[in-house]
Amino acid sequence: MSDELTPDVVRRVARLSRLKLDEPQVAKLANELSKVLHYVDQLNELDVSNVEPMAHAIELTNVFRADDPRPSLPREAALSNAPRSDGKYFLVPPILDEK
Amino acid sequence: MTSDLISQLTSGALTSVALTERCLALIAQRDGAIGAFLHVDREDALKQAAEVDARRGRGEALGPLAGIPIAIKDVLCQTGQPTTCASRMLKSFVPPYDAHAVTKLKQAGAVLLGRANMDEFAMGSSCENSAYKVTRNPWNLDRTPGGSSGGSAAAVAGGMTPLSLGTDTGGSIRQPASFCGVVGMKPTYGRVSRYGLVAYASSLDQIGPFAPDVFGAAALLEAIEGHDPRDSTSVNRPAQGYTKTLEQPLAGLRVGVVREHFVEGLDADVAGATRQAIDVYKSLGATVVDISLPHSKYCIAAYYLIASCEASSNLARYDGVHYGHRAANFDGMIDMYAASRGEGFGEEVKRRIMLGTFALSSGYYEAYYLKALKVRRLIRQDFDKAFEQVDLIVSPVSPTPAFPLGSLTTDPLAMYLMDIYTISANLAGLPGISIPCGFSSDGLPIGLQLQAPPFEEERLLRAARMYEKATSWTRLAPTPAA
Repeated sequence: MSDELTPDVVRRVARLSRLKLDEPQVAKLANELSKVLHYVDQLNELDVSNVEPMAHAIELTNVFRADDPRPSLPREAALSNAPRSDGKYFLVPPILDEK
Repeated sequence: MTSDLISQLTSGALTSVALTERCLALIAQRDGAIGAFLHVDREDALKQAAEVDARRGRGEALGPLAGIPIAIKDVLCQTGQPTTCASRMLKSFVPPYDAHAVTKLKQAGAVLLGRANMDEFAMGSSCENSAYKVTRNPWNLDRTPGGSSGGSAAAVAGGMTPLSLGTDTGGSIRQPASFCGVVGMKPTYGRVSRYGLVAYASSLDQIGPFAPDVFGAAALLEAIEGHDPRDSTSVNRPAQGYTKTLEQPLAGLRVGVVREHFVEGLDADVAGATRQAIDVYKSLGATVVDISLPHSKYCIAAYYLIASCEASSNLARYDGVHYGHRAANFDGMIDMYAASRGEGFGEEVKRRIMLGTFALSSGYYEAYYLKALKVRRLIRQDFDKAFEQVDLIVSPVSPTPAFPLGSLTTDPLAMYLMDIYTISANLAGLPGISIPCGFSSDGLPIGLQLQAPPFEEERLLRAARMYEKATSWTRLAPTPAA
């Protein structure tokens, strides 16, 4: 299932991951991740066509709790770790063209 | 030992302030060389201790760990204390709330002593992935304490704290416990609430205790476990009262030894110590049964896919908006995300985010992630079958004793292979414990792993105590470094 992970694929995955990488990092990751993918290829030795995937060790379904309102974090506490804030909101760079 | 400490505090022979001062003095003396702590708030620790002493003086009812200092792995939120996950990303993060386990410790009267070093976001097996410092093994400063909870293990082994909390996603409590010669336990998935635990791989992460002895691990687990509606995977089961039954040996114990475990790559000293421990169980009346876990060899591949996929999703929250690092220079919103994450995350974290994103991406999801989940079921079924024949599985914790610092950092895959004996408990959701069982020829501690069926922590701890009582390994401590 795995091919060599080319630098192009690494750049695409980095874009999906929102990770800015420089070219030496891209080359290093291409090499390291190719090795890991080669290693995990051993899973192909197994026939799992009739096996149900197991997402969790304890297969709980639909854990509900009462929909009771509880106090939430005060605004000041919620904003206390924000990289940028005006005291009311989280501030982000403009996402729409301002023109 | 932990029970003596508790009785000295209870009887008034020792005050919490005196005990906490002793820990702080040892940290000042030894931690420069060991590097187990990322942050120690002396004033706050002494204030907590003085409060417990005052309450005891007034004859108030106190919790089971009243006055005992406990170090906390830097991945569990604690109000008002830095919680960095050993990452540049969270360098200045100070949580506005407590993790459930931290709340429980406060209720139990514990003194929260300081924040323990770890591999960044709990990804690693040597503590060398910390963005801030390397932790060294108190038994030999050139060796790793293990990881990712290396700081928590080294703090207990170095005598700087009586107890500590760690987390275990693929062996991150048991492996450092074995490397540092202390007791470390991963409870059943769901036993301890993960609320306030900074997530790495949500279907595998579990919080657990480090202690110098089995009693300490039992007492600490008792204090932090229990149902919490804020974590929907936390189970609602009555407490078992581990410390009460700990001294009762198990009659007719059937101990499983896994055929596939004694293979190439297993260090001769570790194999020897494990064999001797099996003989100890035999001498205590246990029956030893040869068992097979046929899918063992696939554990690491399945684990690194599942854990990385979950990590890539969990770590998407670090976007430079709500908390965490934001880059100073960027060009637009998307670039702000990418630049902040590129600067904030270390190499191993990036590697796992990349692997996970790739394995979940269109065209690869079925071949990698889904396949790993199917293999996970086969691994669990192996254990279910094995536990029809045996009560416990005995094995090594790590294929080697603590390896030299720097020896595996250039080969991620070789580092991953160190988790071969511990990972399956996380995939299958079993409880596991590492207890000291001897030393290598060059004087490094070796750990013995016991694993039990889900929710059989009581059995696990009683069996561990049987072994501890019959041997003397947990009574040994390293000669203080520095």
